[in-house]
Amino acid sequence: MKRAFPILAVFTALLLGYAFYEAMWVAPMERTMGDVQRIFYYHVPSAWTAFLLFFVNLVASVIYLIRRNEKADALAVVSAEVGVVFCTVVLVTGPIWARPVWGIWWTWDIRLTTTLVLWLIYVSYLVLRRFSDSSQTPKLAAVLAIFGALDVPLVYFSIWFFRTQHPQPVIGGGGSIDPRMLHVLLLNWLAFSCFALLICWARYRLERLQREADELESLESLRGVVQ
Amino acid sequence: MSSLRAITLATLTKDIRLEWRSRDAINSMLFFSLLVVVVFSFSFDPNAEESREIAGGLIWVAFLFAAVVALNQTWARELRNQVLDAYRVSPSPANGLFLAKALGNFILVSLLEAVMAPLFIIFYNLRALGPAWQLIPVALLGTWALVVNGTFFAAMSLRTRSREIMLPLLLFPISIPAVQSMVEATRILLAGDGSARFWIVLLLTYDVVFTTACLALFETVLQAE
Repeated sequence: MKRAFPILAVFTALLLGYAFYEAMWVAPMERTMGDVQRIFYYHVPSAWTAFLLFFVNLVASVIYLIRRNEKADALAVVSAEVGVVFCTVVLVTGPIWARPVWGIWWTWDIRLTTTLVLWLIYVSYLVLRRFSDSSQTPKLAAVLAIFGALDVPLVYFSIWFFRTQHPQPVIGGGGSIDPRMLHVLLLNWLAFSCFALLICWARYRLERLQREADELESLESLRGVVQ
Repeated sequence: MSSLRAITLATLTKDIRLEWRSRDAINSMLFFSLLVVVVFSFSFDPNAEESREIAGGLIWVAFLFAAVVALNQTWARELRNQVLDAYRVSPSPANGLFLAKALGNFILVSLLEAVMAPLFIIFYNLRALGPAWQLIPVALLGTWALVVNGTFFAAMSLRTRSREIMLPLLLFPISIPAVQSMVEATRILLAGDGSARFWIVLLLTYDVVFTTACLALFETVLQAE
């Protein structure tokens, strides 16, 4: 298992490089938007990866609440942290694209707002984890993750009532896309997913080691008290 | 079931009696929201037409901030003398305690709204152009939406460092759809453009979903120590 990590690292690096080349030079230029559109190959894969990670966080939180499994909690921390990073990328690349194309940085559109609220919820999740230092933090954090998951559909509906400005979703939204662009997009998504997996893996190992070290330290200090 | 009701009633009457004798929370909330109203009034200085558009937002933001003041006090009383620990080891249903606290906060915040709403009407020269009676269900559902989650998150933030600041950090992101519904419904009813039904139904859904979630998960949070 440990040997697989460097292999995945090299594979991810190669894939990211290749996907970058494809996105910058091979993918056809968009007729009306020009080169600015190429940010789409980073914006959309980051969004998909972030949503996937938040979903992993929810599943891990539910498993933790039912089974009280230490590994599930470590996975929940890791997926929330990496998910917030990818979600930040989405929220930063969006306005960079929107300014030249829509003429505005931001609009209270359904997908933008839902993503922003999701980001806020997960930042508050990380703040809770940071501020709470008892051994019960995992339980509280798992409860908050469930509340966040319940909140997202309500946010979606509340904004759905307004007119929406964001381009239709690429897959399943009825929008049409050049097959070459779709190819590059999927390639980038694969690269981003591998990248996310790589970071999560490293962070997960770190988290587990950190907990082991903490445990040893408290055992050590207890032993000191006994002697 | 009967023990749930007994616990709820006992805790609720105790809290209300304590509040009635000290009037700490209600006084600080009233003064706080009065300050917010005055400060907003200075900073925007709207005419009658504009106030109809923005009053919904101002009123609810003022009540949200004021509610946080009360919510932060919810559990403080039970922490002194280890009352909460006694609750934990007692066989009484945890949800009774939660319901009592949420209802207590609901009564407190509703009272605040009843006192502050006339003041808002005077300061902003409000006159509703839509069916004004619908503001009552909006206020009741909206207040419950704020306090049910607020009471729950206040219990959660008991375990954290600097818990007073933790509550709004947890509560505000989750409350965004509820606040948006209240603000939009109030705006529609004041300005009289269209029907507020969608927002009232959304508020009701929010209340049902989160009340269920709170009751299902409160035991876990209470036992977390």
